[in-house]
Amino acid sequence: MSDIGYVRTEMLPEQAPPNATSGPIKWIQDNLFNGVLNSILTVLSIVFLYYVLSIVLPWIWNGSWTAGSLKECREVIAAAAGDHAGGHGHGAACWAVIRERYLQLIYGFYPSELYWRPNLAFIGMLVALLPILFSNLPRKMLWFSACYPFLAFWLLWGGSIFVPLGIMVGFVLGYAWMQVLGKRFGSIVGVIAAILAPVLWWGLAVGPIDTALSGMVANSRMDTVPAKLEREIEAMTSINLQEEENGLPKTQTFTLDAKKAQLNAFNNLPILPAKVEAAEAALSEGVAQGVTGEDLEKLEAAVSNAKNELALTKRTAGRIGLIPVESAKFGGFMLSIIIGVTGIVLSLPLGILLALGRQTNLFIVKSLCVGFIEFIRGVPLITLLFVASTLLNYFLPPGTTFDIILRVVIMVTLFAAAYMAETIRGGLAALPTGQYEAADALGLDYWKATRLIIMPQALKISIPGIVSNFIGLFKDSVLVSIIGLMDPIGLTNNIRADANWNGIVWELYGFIALLFFIACFSMSRYSMYLERKLKTGH
Amino acid sequence: MSAITDPPKGGFQFSQLIYDTRYRSMTIQIVALVLFLLGVFWLLNNAAQNLAALGKPLGFSFLGEAAGYDINQKLIEYNNQMSHGRAALVGVLNTLLVAVLGCFLATMLGVIIGVLRLSSNWIVARIMTVYIEAFRNVPVLLWIVLMMAIFIENLPTPKAFRGDNATASMWFWDTVAFTNRGFYLPKPDFLSGSMVVVIVFLLSIVGVFVFRRWSRKRQEATGEILPNFWISLGILVIPTLLVYFVMGRPIGLESPELKGFNFKGGIYMRNSLIALTLALALYTAAFIAEIVRAGIMAINKGQSEAAFALGLRPNRTMNLIILPQALRVIIPPLISNYLNLTKNSSLAIAVGYMDITGTLGGITLNQTGREMECLLILMAIYLAISLTISTIMNWYNESVKLRER
Repeated sequence: MSDIGYVRTEMLPEQAPPNATSGPIKWIQDNLFNGVLNSILTVLSIVFLYYVLSIVLPWIWNGSWTAGSLKECREVIAAAAGDHAGGHGHGAACWAVIRERYLQLIYGFYPSELYWRPNLAFIGMLVALLPILFSNLPRKMLWFSACYPFLAFWLLWGGSIFVPLGIMVGFVLGYAWMQVLGKRFGSIVGVIAAILAPVLWWGLAVGPIDTALSGMVANSRMDTVPAKLEREIEAMTSINLQEEENGLPKTQTFTLDAKKAQLNAFNNLPILPAKVEAAEAALSEGVAQGVTGEDLEKLEAAVSNAKNELALTKRTAGRIGLIPVESAKFGGFMLSIIIGVTGIVLSLPLGILLALGRQTNLFIVKSLCVGFIEFIRGVPLITLLFVASTLLNYFLPPGTTFDIILRVVIMVTLFAAAYMAETIRGGLAALPTGQYEAADALGLDYWKATRLIIMPQALKISIPGIVSNFIGLFKDSVLVSIIGLMDPIGLTNNIRADANWNGIVWELYGFIALLFFIACFSMSRYSMYLERKLKTGH
Repeated sequence: MSAITDPPKGGFQFSQLIYDTRYRSMTIQIVALVLFLLGVFWLLNNAAQNLAALGKPLGFSFLGEAAGYDINQKLIEYNNQMSHGRAALVGVLNTLLVAVLGCFLATMLGVIIGVLRLSSNWIVARIMTVYIEAFRNVPVLLWIVLMMAIFIENLPTPKAFRGDNATASMWFWDTVAFTNRGFYLPKPDFLSGSMVVVIVFLLSIVGVFVFRRWSRKRQEATGEILPNFWISLGILVIPTLLVYFVMGRPIGLESPELKGFNFKGGIYMRNSLIALTLALALYTAAFIAEIVRAGIMAINKGQSEAAFALGLRPNRTMNLIILPQALRVIIPPLISNYLNLTKNSSLAIAVGYMDITGTLGGITLNQTGREMECLLILMAIYLAISLTISTIMNWYNESVKLRER
C-alpha cells in the first residue's frame, strides 16, 4: 500500500475563484446585465434615477433654513445659486417654513405652554401599548393600559378631574351590574344592565356630581385662591410686557386668560345664586299670573340659563384639574394620532362583536350585522364625515350638541369597525372546524369557547389585517381637513394664508408625507415582525 | 336516559325562554330586533323633531329646482338653469368617469409594476419597491393635492404658448397642449361618409370573434395552431384603413387652437380631472402591484416546469398555465381595490373636481341646506355603485374560480 506515490498527502491552499464567477463583477452580470432586455432596463433605470436625483437632491440640500418669508427665502437661494441659475430662487427648497411652523404641524393650535400635556399623553400611550405589544412584560402594567384612555382624555382636553373619574366609575358600574345581575338573571339581562347603567350614570350623574364637588371646593377656597390668582396674573402680565418690549413672542397667554377667567368666576360666584333665585321668582310669578306660550318659555329659558351659568361658574372656580383646552385648538399630527388611535381601539371590540354576529346562525342578528357592515363598506369615509359634521346632531335629542372631534371619532369608529369585522371574520373562517368542535367537546359554552379557544387564535391570524386597517385609518384621518378640522393638510392651507408663506407648496407636502411615511412604514414593519414571532406553524 | 331529551313536564315555564336551548336563540333574536327597532325609532324620532323645529321637513322637491351653479367638467349637457337633480346626474357621470379611467390606468400600471418588482434585474426591482412603499404609506389625499400642485405649478400657462418667442409649445405635431388649466386634446371630426368607416370597423370586430372561434375549432380538429394574434390584428385594421382611404379620409382630427388667451376646440380635460385620476391610479397601482406579485408568487414553480416539459412555449405557458391560476388569487383583492378607488374618488372635492360629492354633497347641500336628503341620496348612490361593481366582479370571479369536484 505504501508504494502509491501519486496520492497527495497535504491539501493545496484554496485559490480565489475566477473573476467571472464571483465578486462584484459576477453580481453585476447576474443582477443587472443578464440578457438584452435587462441591460436596456438597467440603463434606462440609471438614466431615470440620475435625472430624478439630480433635480431632487440639490433642491433638498441647497434649501434655506433661515429666512423669515418665502420672498426672503427665494432671494437667499437666488443669491447663493449665483446669476447663472436664472435667479428666481425656485431651484432649492425653502425649509425655513418647516423650521418656523413644525410645532404647529405637530400640535395644531394647542397652546404652546401646554405642550407638555400632549407630550405626556403620547409617552403614556407608548407605555400603555408596551404590555400589549410585548407579552414578556409584567402583566400588572395592563392596569395602567386600562386607565390610560381616561388619563389621556384628561391630559389633552383638561378640565375637572372628576369627569374622567366619573366616566371610569361608569365602566366599573357596568361591570359590577353585569356580574351581579348576570349571575342572578342570566347573561342577557346582565349585558343589557351593563349597557344601560353606565349610560344613565354618564348622562345623569357625572355632570351634577362634578358641579356639586367643584362648588364645594370653590366655597372652601374663597378666602385663599382669588388672592393667589391675582398675584399670579400680575406676575404673568409683567412677564408678557417684558417679552413684548424685547420683541419676543408672548408666552403663557393662554394660561393667563384661563387664570383671569377663574378669577372672574370667583368674583361672580357670590352674585349668581341671587340671579337664579330672581329668575325662579319671576317664573313662579308668571305661572301665578297665568302666562302661557312664548312668554312662559322665555321665563323657563331664563331660569335654565341662570342655572347653567351658575354651574359653569362653579366648575370654573372650583376646578381641581387642568386648564381646559377646547377642540378647536387641536390639530396637526396630534389630531391624526388621536383620531387614528381612538378609532382603532374602539373599533376592535365592536368589530369582534360584528364578526361574531356575522358568523352566527341567528338569522336576525346575522342580517343586522351583514347589513351594517356592507352599508359602511359601500360608502366613502368622506360621506360619513359629512354626516358627523352636519347630520349627527339631528339624530340626538333636541338641544344636544357635542364636540366635533367626538362626532368624528364616533363615525370613524363605526367605519373602522366594519373593516375590522371583515378582517376578524377572515381569521375566524381560517380556523379549522376542529377547534370549534374541540371546544364544544370540552363542554364550554359559546362565550367561554369564543373567549378561550376561538378568539385568541383568530385574532392572531388577523394581526396583519388589523395593523393594515390601522395604517389605513391613520392615513384616512387627514380626510377631516375636508370638514374643516386642522389636520396636517388642513394646516397647509392655513400656513399658506399667511402673507409670509403665500405660495409655498412642496416643502410642506414633503414634510407631511415624510412624517406619514415614517409612521406607516415602521408600523407595517412591526406587523411583519409580529407575524413572524407569533407564527407557530412549521 | 330519555329524561334528558324529553321536554320538562308540567307545561311551559317562562324561564325556559332563557334557559332552554330550544327557545333561547329565538329569545335572543327577538330581544335584539326589538332593541334595534327601538334604537332606530329613537334616532328617527329625534331627527323628525329636530327637522320640524328647524322648519325643513323631509322632502325631495328641491331636486327639481334650478341649481344656479356651473359645472366646468361635464359629460352631458348642463347649464346653471337646470335642476339640482341634473347637476347630481352630471356629478354621478363624473364620478364614474374618474372611476373607470382610474381603474383602467391602475390595473395597467399595477400589473407592470408588480411584474417588474419580481424582475431579476436588481435596480429595477428596487425602484419598484421604493415606488410601492412610497405610495402605500402616504395618505391618498396628500397625493391628490400634490398632483394638483404639480399641474398648477409646473405646467405652462396658456399665455406662454402665445407670440413669436413662446416659452411653451404644443406636443405631438401641434395637436396636444398641456397647460396649467388642463389638457387640450384633438377631437375626432366626423364628416360625411364617416359612418361607413365606423360600420366597417364594428364589422371587423365581429369578424375577429368569428375568426377566433373558427380557429379554435380548427385547432381542436387538426391540432394546428394559426398565428392568431397577427391574423386578428390584420382583420381589425386592414379593412377599416382601406375603407378610410377609399372614402377619402372622412374622419379628421380637430386640434385645439390658441385663440386669444385660451385654447379653443378639441377635447378639454380639466387639470383637476387629470390630477385626481392620476393620483388615484398611481396610489391604487401600488396596491395592485403587490396583489399581482402575490398572485404570481402563489403559483408553484412546478406548474411552469411541467408546462415547459410538455413543450409549451413561454408565452403559451403564461397564457394557458400561469395566468389562469394567478387570476384566481388576484381577482378578489383586485375587486376591493377597484371599490376603494371608486370610493376614494370622492376626495375630488379637495381639488375642486365636480363629482357627485362635489355637486350633491357639496354645492347643492350648501345652497339648499338639505343635509339629510343630500347625504341620503349621496350614500345610496355610492352604495349602488359599490354593489354593482362587486356584483360584476364577483360574477367574473365565479367564472375563473377553481372548480373542485
